[in-house]
Amino acid sequence: MQNRRSEQIRGSEQIRGSEQIRTEARLDLIRGSAARRRHDARTIAALTRNPGCNRRAVLDAAGVDKDGLSRHIGFAAPFGQSQFAIIRGNAFEARVRNDGGTDLLRLLADCLGFDLGPAGSPGVTVLDLGASAEQDGGVRPAAENLADRLDRTVTALRPDPHGIVLVAHPLLALPVGGQDVHLEPDLLVIRPDGQFHVVEIKSFPVVDGQADGEKVAAAAVQAAVYVLALRRMLRAREVVPTVPMMPVVPPATVSHDVVLVCPRDFSNAPLATRVDVRRQLLGLEHQLTRLATIEALLDDLPADLTFDLAAGPDGAPTRPATELTTGLDLLDARYTPDCLSTCELAFRCRHEAAGRTAALGASVREDLGGIDTVTEALDLAHGTRAPAEDQAEAAERLRITARMYAEALAGASHPPGGADG
Amino acid sequence: MSAISSYARALAAATGTAAPIATVRHVHLSERPLVLVPLTLAGEANAPLAALVGTRQADPTLLVVPQPRNRDLRFAFAADLAEIVLPHVLGFAADAEELANGPRAHDAPQLILPNPAGLAFLRLFGRSTRFRATDGDYAVPPSVPLLGRWLTFFAERAEIPGSSLARAVTDLLSLHWATGQSALEDANLAAAMGWIDPPPGRDGPTSARLAEDPAHSPPAGPTTDPGFDNDILAPAIAAYDAVTDPAALPTVLARLRDVLRGQLQPTWDLVWRALDLLRQLPPGASVAGRWETDRARYTGFHTYMAEEGLPQARLDGAVAAARRLNRIEQAQSAYDAERAFDDPLVMADHRVTGEAFQGTVLAVDRDRRVPNGRGKGRLVTRPLLTVRTEDPVRLTLGTRVVASSRRKQECLIVAIDTPGGDDGLTGAGAGTGTGADGGRSATGATLITLEAQSGMGRSAAPAPGSVPEAGETLCYSAVLADGVRSVAMPDAADTPWTHGGPPEPYEPNERDTAEAWD
Ligand code: SF4
Repeated sequence: MQNRRSEQIRGSEQIRGSEQIRTEARLDLIRGSAARRRHDARTIAALTRNPGCNRRAVLDAAGVDKDGLSRHIGFAAPFGQSQFAIIRGNAFEARVRNDGGTDLLRLLADCLGFDLGPAGSPGVTVLDLGASAEQDGGVRPAAENLADRLDRTVTALRPDPHGIVLVAHPLLALPVGGQDVHLEPDLLVIRPDGQFHVVEIKSFPVVDGQADGEKVAAAAVQAAVYVLALRRMLRAREVVPTVPMMPVVPPATVSHDVVLVCPRDFSNAPLATRVDVRRQLLGLEHQLTRLATIEALLDDLPADLTFDLAAGPDGAPTRPATELTTGLDLLDARYTPDCLSTCELAFRCRHEAAGRTAALGASVREDLGGIDTVTEALDLAHGTRAPAEDQAEAAERLRITARMYAEALAGASHPPGGADG
Repeated sequence: MSAISSYARALAAATGTAAPIATVRHVHLSERPLVLVPLTLAGEANAPLAALVGTRQADPTLLVVPQPRNRDLRFAFAADLAEIVLPHVLGFAADAEELANGPRAHDAPQLILPNPAGLAFLRLFGRSTRFRATDGDYAVPPSVPLLGRWLTFFAERAEIPGSSLARAVTDLLSLHWATGQSALEDANLAAAMGWIDPPPGRDGPTSARLAEDPAHSPPAGPTTDPGFDNDILAPAIAAYDAVTDPAALPTVLARLRDVLRGQLQPTWDLVWRALDLLRQLPPGASVAGRWETDRARYTGFHTYMAEEGLPQARLDGAVAAARRLNRIEQAQSAYDAERAFDDPLVMADHRVTGEAFQGTVLAVDRDRRVPNGRGKGRLVTRPLLTVRTEDPVRLTLGTRVVASSRRKQECLIVAIDTPGGDDGLTGAGAGTGTGADGGRSATGATLITLEAQSGMGRSAAPAPGSVPEAGETLCYSAVLADGVRSVAMPDAADTPWTHGGPPEPYEPNERDTAEAWD
């Protein structure tokens, strides 16, 4: 029974058959000899923040090391992590998972409002599905290892009508742009009534009930990615004509309420907070459907396109950087300032986007009437270019803005200047 | 963003140097600001790592926490910081004038941080120190909780629009200049300064790119560069941790201080350079009034600390939170209105959107008197002005407007006369922008009739000069402070240090002082 379920999940991969194999081969070629970078919830969140960017979509699907690539072409992005942050993160997670998770269970029970029964009661099952293999550098673990964990997870995704199930280190699969990507949430709680909750352990502090808004937002999107993946996996499993084995098992549903476990105030004591990620789910689902399928994107690319850095014996890239930038030029980018905090290629794409109003920010572009380039916007503003038909309104507004700007500066009693003014 | 600032960004991007978006300075600058550049340890909850602090660029004090995970060392840092901050902050209270509802200091301390993240550090550091107990298990010097309460006061004031008591330099810069990069990139102090005041021989984009390289220009904190953490700081802290022989300590400490100063000094210098730049702008007319409010709040809090001195509660209650929000909205609306009146470049934004217009007075009916509407047959003076403007006015009849040069006089729009069938600029000349005035008047001008409501004195005829004359050029704005605005002292019913009544009653409790730290 259990095996059949997991086969079903993997079976869906096989059905795609030769098409899929061809795509995989193309992606392998694009990546070249380097180890594959794996998608995770963070990269999916980033991808869905800029769904129109084909460059990122292709490179991520192929598992290209964008960091190494940008470094080699002279646009290294500052995405380093401080070892202090890593140490604190690990220490906090260890503390949370400490003593078999009894403290954690109590926190979760309080937070989610379920009854735990007396401490250490047999009503709690803790399943650890294997250690995370991707924390150090994103190297992909051996294939069977992944498949095994996926199997084990599928098996474990089942409520126990007699108690709580706590699943540590599960492995989830989610199709993104037609490719399955694997995800590792920290924890899942499965309640006897069939409700699943995603639990994320984060090491940013919650002080007096408040945390850094950006970090909470990022954590919520990541958790939403897991919720989505879980829902799809459970749905896929339902299709299997099951042998009625445990008729008492309630139907499994994945709650949109996730739990963030963070340090409280200035301590290391964990605090669980329930977060509703319905809004994030809506956004994600919408953006995921907008992602072009990788196959379609690959069709337009030369068959021999590769971003292989051709690492020499010492590990240093030997491929001429110009070849790589020529390759990048074939992939349409859609740079926005947001990329600076989400994508390793940001400096390169920003360089290409110089002179575009979008590089100044979406709202600036909008204020400039949606005109594409800075030069064109200014020419329209200064009346040195005749507006196209659909630009008439924007052009008039730009002209008014330019006139008022000039008037105000001219009228100022102390005209401001730069430093030398 | 706004039309003007986005246009200015485009200009800056095209020219490679920042474009002004203000003609006056909208913030008060102290002659002796207390500048604080803090650094924290990555990953930890607001654990101070180091700071440069002082009131003169030439001699900052460097404070270092050699092992930021050590609780005692953190509080030793707090005590050291208190020794610098408290005398400065408290020192302004002695020189005060006596007003009906209490004293008000002639000047007040001003705290300057590099960026909003620095202000957030201030708030959290205030939070982590203001409840500390001065006796018992984890006793700290009395100056530590005192510092915490003052830092909390500054951090709270920093959230009030228009207050100058604690400000972030990057915010001040983007209030006055538009760079040719995105707002997100402006959060990097060195990059923003690269656009506004590039070193000789470099343009904005080049300096901004250099500024993003942590090897060339360390981040302005409080978060440190991960490369610095991993390659330099971690070994230096490990060396400190490994010291067993006290004789080795000075060398190890000197090394730590050295590397941390190296990270802090460039930001320190940038902050002072930015302040110098801002100082070159003349202050806006309303700046002194807002600073007066700041001085009153400062003095009030000083009195409160002397008389009661309990720490601010961990959380605002519902009522206090609502009141606070309301206060922020009021301050924002007053601040927006004042900034536009002070500065034609800010007003230009409202003119683009049609909420303000500049024009020439064509005709004045100065002595017009109308029944006061209360049915006793009494007449009030209500002069009518006809103003001709070429601005794209988008105001409706009955809107209240005030002229920037006559702020005490409120007017009502009683008629708007747009030349009939005007469908915008047409014809060959339209594309080339402003022609001679005479040439344009036939096409775009709007005639607006205003009824002056106030500001004409008490007698039947308007006081001399209190009504605009024909030929005068004025700029009227509908962006006004909502409700009654008073930049002077708050009502006597209010406690001086907040506008909305006495501070939340605070009950000291075990939980706050015995808070877990490990
Ligand atoms: S940085 Fe470039 S590749 Fe990355 S998301 Fe932005 S546009 Fe796409």
